[in-house]
Amino acid sequence: MKRITIDPITRLEGHGKIEIFLSDDGEVDNVYFQVPELRGFEKFCEGRPVEELSQIVTKICGVCPGCHHMASGKAIDAVFGLEPPPTAKKIRELFYMAHFVHSHIAHFYALAAPDFVVGPTASPAERNVLGVIGKVGVEIGTEVLKQRRIAQEIQALLGGHQTHVVLNMPGGVRKGLNEEQRDQIEKQAKDFIEFSKFSLNVFGDVVLKNSDYVDLIVNGPYNLKIYSMGLVDENNKVNFYDGKVRMVDPEGNEHGKYGPNEYRDWVAERVEPWSYLKFPYLKKVGWKGFVEGKDSGVYHATPLSRLNASDGMATPLAQVEYDKMYETLGGKPVHATLAMHWARLVELLYSAERCLELIQDPDITGTELRAEPKEIVGEGVGIVEAQRGTLTHHYWTDKKGLVTKANIIVGTTNNNAPICMSLKKAAQGVIKKGVEVTEGTLNMVEMAFRAYDPCFSCATHSLPGKMPMILNIRDKDGNLEQSVRRD
Amino acid sequence: MTEESKPKLKLAVYWGAACGGCCVSVLDVHEKLFDVVAAADLVFWPIALDIKYKDVEDMPDGHIDVTLFNGAVRNSENEHMAHLLRKKTKILVAYGSCSHLGGIPGLGNFTNRQEIFNRVYHESESTVNEEKAVPQTKFQVPEGELELPEFYNDVRTLDQVVNVDYFLPGCPPNTDRLVDVFMAIVTGAELPPPGSVVGAWDKSQCDDCTRKKTDQKVVKAFKRPWEIVDDGVTCFLEQGVICMGPATRGGCGFRCIEGNAPCKGCYGPPADAPDPGAKMMSAIATIIDSNDEKEIEEIVDGIVDPAGTFYRFSLPSSILRRKLIDVNEPTN
Repeated sequence: MKRITIDPITRLEGHGKIEIFLSDDGEVDNVYFQVPELRGFEKFCEGRPVEELSQIVTKICGVCPGCHHMASGKAIDAVFGLEPPPTAKKIRELFYMAHFVHSHIAHFYALAAPDFVVGPTASPAERNVLGVIGKVGVEIGTEVLKQRRIAQEIQALLGGHQTHVVLNMPGGVRKGLNEEQRDQIEKQAKDFIEFSKFSLNVFGDVVLKNSDYVDLIVNGPYNLKIYSMGLVDENNKVNFYDGKVRMVDPEGNEHGKYGPNEYRDWVAERVEPWSYLKFPYLKKVGWKGFVEGKDSGVYHATPLSRLNASDGMATPLAQVEYDKMYETLGGKPVHATLAMHWARLVELLYSAERCLELIQDPDITGTELRAEPKEIVGEGVGIVEAQRGTLTHHYWTDKKGLVTKANIIVGTTNNNAPICMSLKKAAQGVIKKGVEVTEGTLNMVEMAFRAYDPCFSCATHSLPGKMPMILNIRDKDGNLEQSVRRD
Repeated sequence: MTEESKPKLKLAVYWGAACGGCCVSVLDVHEKLFDVVAAADLVFWPIALDIKYKDVEDMPDGHIDVTLFNGAVRNSENEHMAHLLRKKTKILVAYGSCSHLGGIPGLGNFTNRQEIFNRVYHESESTVNEEKAVPQTKFQVPEGELELPEFYNDVRTLDQVVNVDYFLPGCPPNTDRLVDVFMAIVTGAELPPPGSVVGAWDKSQCDDCTRKKTDQKVVKAFKRPWEIVDDGVTCFLEQGVICMGPATRGGCGFRCIEGNAPCKGCYGPPADAPDPGAKMMSAIATIIDSNDEKEIEEIVDGIVDPAGTFYRFSLPSSILRRKLIDVNEPTN
């Protein structure tokens, strides 16, 4: 048995490592994706006043803190038995749409685009954001950084702190919007829409007009026939802030739909002794191992799964792009892992359109920002759709509102099993007996992982410069057989 | 030597037990990113670049000019990397609350490894674990042995593990402060003595706070933030809401205050008051509107979770360090 270790490859809520085992004749036997880190938020949230959790849990992830802030804010509302007034709800969702715009821009341009705009097997020295800018021009590159900055500034305006937001209070928000701020954000939201349309055009020109890429997406080793999960509104349209979680099976038939309080009837988590990160699965289907198909409870919670699990987008321009994506890829549901990049851009356009809808809503400059807490119910669940998957926060408190227990299922965690499986399939697809493992091979394995945009990967490859990486293949005694270096 | 031929600064960014927010604070230079890259070569940054641990091991000692180490030391991998980067780096900076003070992961010192494992892997309401599986540092799978780092009982700050040259506080540090420090290093400005806190003021938040203060004894009871209607103008403490401003260094840009939220203390204690708990107790004493000892005691008892509030970001670096532990529980 030979063994390939990639440590670290890409970061996921901390530190990720991949172990690829090869049989003696050089075929991929198995792949393990290990998460070697744990911080234990669930435990040390105990004893804290529940209203503090919306600020403590943002520290789970500094890349998507807004998601934890929102799921937590909703769980805390429930602990107090409160429904925020319309203005507060819309301000929260507005903040959240800006959060999606910033994150999806960063992921597409800094991380995904190099593989397509520059090329999956292009020279690694060029396969980064500078290479992308080299192809599309400095003007566009500056525009990308600018649009992401504006999305960050909208979050800072609403949430005080641009990373670890302080917007939510039990039953509402701390700060409202004035007319001047409203006008400014309206203009910015219109720019987001134009920029999203432009981004979809870039994808169309670079990827869809290249038959090799379309072939790679549809027929490459990047397919996983598993369940799809996503939050939907009352019309089964994609929603990130509110609604019910819908699941569809690998054929696209509805498996079920649950509200926040019912999550434990539908989702369970498994522990494997070789990873600190748990493996969620659909409880009613059951855990059958790392296998595909309708009888296996493995599901993904990604931009693609959200589109698969919905009946469409709630905004007009995004709906057109939704239809176009399914038409091009042969109908719903789509199981091509790399189509997650396309779905992410459809979501970017939706976020921009929704941003504009919310800022044009007369309620947005309202002054009723909070519902007043009157009692402590003592238990609450909050669910939102994070960029990287359905996010669930569940808190229990004593009569004073001090936390007695907390249970959290994080976005990326949903995708732990699918990431393991995608990496194995990609490795099996590209590492072949008798064929030298090249630098390009490495990138083709990495592409399987990158599509999921696991936490922190938004920042991956975002800096120009050299990105060397070494892959060592050793025999069973640990002797070096082949070393591949990417400089 | 001309400006053109001056070698570029070799910069590394690494994280231990962290959230990624410190790395985002570096990315938040936005369009100035190109200026940063013109002045410095990033030689190691796992969140952004695919450079392996082995590459760092192969570097000569002192090869890296500056390492921004963010994140606390929670497990054996964090500790190993702290030692490795210390060896390879000329100026090691504890970047952000977690490496400076322990940060939010440092709240883990209110509990211990066994309790955390029990909660996460056994008691969690959504977990099904009939086999009672728990992550193992070494585990035999059919194809071979897999390894994981050891999860320690205690969270430690960076300077509890290795010698640190500078501390740059904040959760995350204000990007403008980072740029100030970065430019000082790039331009060869004279640096403060090793061990200094940089990128923050010596004085407390309150010195420059925009909220209005009467400096009178005005508090009859302490309230939770949701128990008051904040007027957006008056000092939180004088409204009876705990604000860590008096026990916290300035320099953050009043991010939470601007968002109408009280300070939580992420910049750590000011130069003249090393213990945040002691400083808060004295600050609180000056605003309580009573001279009756029993009444004062009752008012102070109205503060919920004082330890978790006063040491929100600083438990591992504080005089408490951790909650007392059972002697039978193994420590690191």
